[in-house]
Amino acid sequence: MHIVFEKRNSVSRKAILLVPTVSFLVSLILTGILLIIFKTNPFTTYSSMFIGAFGSWTNFTETLVKAIPLMLTGVGVGLAFKLRFWNIGAEGQLVFGGVAATWVALFWSPFLPSWLVLPTALVMGSLAGGLWAGIPAVLKVGLKVDETLVSLMLNYVAILLAQGLYYGAWIDPKGMGFPGTKLFPKAAWLPRFSGRAHIGLFIALILGVIMWLVLNRTRWGFEIKMVGQNPRAARVMGVKIGKSIITAILISGAFSGLAGSFEVTAISHRLQQGLSLGYGYTAIIVAWMAQLNPIASLFVAVLMAGLLVGGDQVQMMMGLPSAMGIVLEGMILFPMLAGSLFTDYRLKFITKSRSREAAV
Amino acid sequence: MKNDQKEKTPILEMRGITKRFPGVLANDNVDLELFPGEVLALLGENGAGKSTLMNVLAGLYRADSGTIRMKGEEIEIYSPKDAMKHGIGMIHQNFKLVQTMTVAENVILGLENEDFILDLKKVGNKIKDISSHYNLKVDPNAVIWQMSVGEQQRVEILKLIYRGAEVLILDEPTAVLTPQESRELNQIIKQMTGEGKSAIFITHKMDEVMEFSDWVRVLQKGKLVSVVRTKDTSPRELSKMMVGREVLFRVEKKPAQPGETVLKLENVTALNEKGIKALQNISLNLRRGEILGIAGVAGNGQRELTEVITGLHKVTEGKILVEDKDMTNKDPLEFINEGVSHIPSDRVAMGIVGDMSVAHNLAMKEYRKAPLTEYGILHPKRILAMAKKMITFFQIATPTPYTNVKFLSGGNIQKTILAREIGACASLLVAAYPARGLDVGATESVRKEMISERDNGKGVLLVSEDLDELMSVSDRIAVMNEGRIMGIVPADKADIESLGLMMAGVPQEELT
Amino acid sequence: MIALITSILAITLRAGTSLIYATIGEIYTERSGILNLGLEGMMLLGAVSAFATVYYTGSLLLALLVAALTGMILSALHAFLSITMRANQVVSGLSITLFGSGFASFLGQRLGPASNGHYLIGLVGKKFTPFDIPGLSKIPVLGAVFSQDILTYIVFLIIPVAWFYMYKTKNGLNLRAVGESPQTADAMGINIAKTRYIYTILGGTLVALGGAHLSLSYAPGWTDNITGGRGWIVIALVIFSMWNPSRAIWGALLFGGINAIQFRLQATGTTISAPLLNMLPYLVTIIVLVLMTWVETLNKKVGAPAALAVPYMRGEK
Repeated sequence: MHIVFEKRNSVSRKAILLVPTVSFLVSLILTGILLIIFKTNPFTTYSSMFIGAFGSWTNFTETLVKAIPLMLTGVGVGLAFKLRFWNIGAEGQLVFGGVAATWVALFWSPFLPSWLVLPTALVMGSLAGGLWAGIPAVLKVGLKVDETLVSLMLNYVAILLAQGLYYGAWIDPKGMGFPGTKLFPKAAWLPRFSGRAHIGLFIALILGVIMWLVLNRTRWGFEIKMVGQNPRAARVMGVKIGKSIITAILISGAFSGLAGSFEVTAISHRLQQGLSLGYGYTAIIVAWMAQLNPIASLFVAVLMAGLLVGGDQVQMMMGLPSAMGIVLEGMILFPMLAGSLFTDYRLKFITKSRSREAAV
Repeated sequence: MKNDQKEKTPILEMRGITKRFPGVLANDNVDLELFPGEVLALLGENGAGKSTLMNVLAGLYRADSGTIRMKGEEIEIYSPKDAMKHGIGMIHQNFKLVQTMTVAENVILGLENEDFILDLKKVGNKIKDISSHYNLKVDPNAVIWQMSVGEQQRVEILKLIYRGAEVLILDEPTAVLTPQESRELNQIIKQMTGEGKSAIFITHKMDEVMEFSDWVRVLQKGKLVSVVRTKDTSPRELSKMMVGREVLFRVEKKPAQPGETVLKLENVTALNEKGIKALQNISLNLRRGEILGIAGVAGNGQRELTEVITGLHKVTEGKILVEDKDMTNKDPLEFINEGVSHIPSDRVAMGIVGDMSVAHNLAMKEYRKAPLTEYGILHPKRILAMAKKMITFFQIATPTPYTNVKFLSGGNIQKTILAREIGACASLLVAAYPARGLDVGATESVRKEMISERDNGKGVLLVSEDLDELMSVSDRIAVMNEGRIMGIVPADKADIESLGLMMAGVPQEELT
Repeated sequence: MIALITSILAITLRAGTSLIYATIGEIYTERSGILNLGLEGMMLLGAVSAFATVYYTGSLLLALLVAALTGMILSALHAFLSITMRANQVVSGLSITLFGSGFASFLGQRLGPASNGHYLIGLVGKKFTPFDIPGLSKIPVLGAVFSQDILTYIVFLIIPVAWFYMYKTKNGLNLRAVGESPQTADAMGINIAKTRYIYTILGGTLVALGGAHLSLSYAPGWTDNITGGRGWIVIALVIFSMWNPSRAIWGALLFGGINAIQFRLQATGTTISAPLLNMLPYLVTIIVLVLMTWVETLNKKVGAPAALAVPYMRGEK
């Protein structure tokens, strides 16, 4: 007997929901085994992670704080991935967006009416994120340069650029050498509604839903799907591929740029070390686990944020490395990738029945 | 007596071969016998299961049941390597050659008994021996992508001989050749069978069966329907066996009533991806109410021709006019807006988006405009209504309009494209190989649609490699060779011989 | 001045060594048609596992073996996902990198001795030290080439061997065919899955050794993100070398050279700010990529294996 994969006659709806759920469970089990190897009880670890992330309203607001950038970057990355444009530069787009928002908050605010400071900062941050993503997009469309590498390299460039600014030109003169800009004027602070959780949450949720509508109910979204699934056919059908890719990637980057603007205007109120905690990379996990569906990304973002917050909690409570949460997240995609085969294929078991037996 | 015995023992036997694909019974209990020194023609329509059966023999597919015997002994073929070990080699329709490698490298690819450190000079000498013996002109150091299709086929044959194949399987070998080249191929096969090798060749062309083979086996919908000696049958009888009924060799159509010019090419030259001239100084004229057929061996510029008149390929010199409007190097969208429709040659890669629904695929031309879109917002209900109408009218067999189009059969995919393109066509329909790979029913309906579009006053440009199709469907036939038009003849005055000569590069003026 | 050039050359080679290991590894993987973007993760885990091993056992050889094993396991995972499960290779590689960097930093905070709060950071272990090749190391300037550690000497042996194997042997021919046209290779009796598994795992092994060179020689010890994006730069270097092992050295020397110049400039106390200087390798990578792609377009020639990152299933187009 041997096993072969056989193409299904239609996409399995069940597998679409089942695969991510099972993947999450498998990741818990694998990481649990790892924990046992390191002589730690996985059940107490997971329960304290869960309590740390969702156990109380205060803890949950912290989870939301981390979920907001993950929602935005997740939706943005998902849009790019829909086009098979492997934008792994969300991290850099987020940071560059944060830098631009900082620029507005610090240097434009004297010239703007105070009600306009915050919106301008957010818009400029989004634009900057889009621009940063636009570099690999234009290089890809114009010269066919591999977008994966360019977008990734630009992460390092953006982070070093931000560093150069808060260590150098923009350093707070009264900060006693502490690397960071001075505090933003109040007009550039994004309001919080509970703990550190800020109204960016609602903006992110609304944008996620809008993205879903745009993808499924507009001409532009229709073209994005065509280009993503079969660019050659899309071209035959008269779609301008380059234009589609560039607009979509600008928007993808803008989502990350907005996330970065939220981080500086709502959380740190200045540009400093640790602007991004790898959100741009976690966004890849969010987008893929949500199977590039923007609304699903919103929920997955909360789950992933929970793992990050829970990871910090177990560090404080059990002395486990905070990278714990990242290890858990990193494991999720493996079963997810292995499982996605089952949406298109099913297993078929073949026994070696030759004709003689069959003929009888 | 001993000799007589030898004559009657088949070198290869297949018994009760059954192979299922999801939803399709490709081979149903098929038997096959092949005698040494003989050529067996495997005849059948597209989709009759000929290639599947041969892929089982070549080790690419594994049969669900059945036995294979070679020289009387039962053998198991699990992979191409096993097939090769037993002396069975196959030349596939899409050649199995690594384009970036040389002939010599391709010939020894995957061979286990070659030296670990390659000695390409030794291989080259051996290749030269074989090629002079069989009169197969091939340079062992040439790189594949620089060779013509005919040369590449010679490399495929050489490869099998080098590997000591005793049974050669050829899958529609003449589809890529001019009639004259086909005859050369026949000579080579004759020489090989004369030396005791045997061959199976897959075809759906009657005249080739008569010319090449000793035996014919006819497959129909996966089943073996008849076995005859070639000398005891006739093309007419064969085609009856193949289709299960009498086939009309001519399509019913009224005489053409050409109107005003819809497409005009003036001295068009275009380069292919490698920078070589794919179209050279092409001029032609197509009028409304007329079908212009384009004949030629694949790869002689037909693809580029269909692409320059749909905006997919850039022109370096010359002019393209659609309804007297200069459309040279305009975007595909502008051609679409002029009412130019396109049925592309590679329908799955260029004609549909497999992961989108049938309804959405049907809307892929009209989605831009009202009523399907208003202010950039789609109207799903209107899209669905339009799709349902098309599905009924063109008899597209799909479980639901929401089914992803990739799950449909080849014929229904083509009908989906046809429905969309005809729906959007206002002036010119460009159809590249529209009936390729379809069964008889679907082929007939595709051809009828071409003619009805013509009768509706549209210009139709039909590219095909099937001369019968061209002669029965089109009104005029232009023959292409190496990117040039060798001549244009009225379809009712065309004969295969002169079309073949033009396909081989003889200009019309030089034909006597 | 000569002393300066000599020292830059010496540092260049030292910095370039890990890049050459990884570049040759990835060239072999990609030649079989598998794109592995998990390099960064594999180098990090190679580095941390090698350092932890050498810290506890004092055996450099064992450290290399452990790193190699780490690379094998991770690349086998990638091979399983991309070959057997036909997963998207870009995402599978990204997952390896995401998991690898997370797990490496987890291990860095967990594998250390209790006295150091279980941290590996800040510990000192045995390391590979340069030694002179008698006679040759005395040659002016070029002598720097002959004053390296054993891993560098080995990599200079690997380059010609890797080239010869790929272009002059039967196995190399089959490997190239699998990456270029798996349909052809399959019909010619080559086992596609087996070939791809072998070279993905072989490639992963070399990549992890490249990571080990970082923690055992170039920057002995463990720090989070010790690779600093080298895994990604290597993917660009594969393109730069046009998938030819003999050219792997040039890219590695270019980037090793940038490292060396940064090193020198920072040592001399330049006015150029450190972050700007640190951007250099990443900006150069982008420029190199753009130039290479441009040259390919001009020559109408694609260097990448035609079937790179395309899963193969018999009977499907």
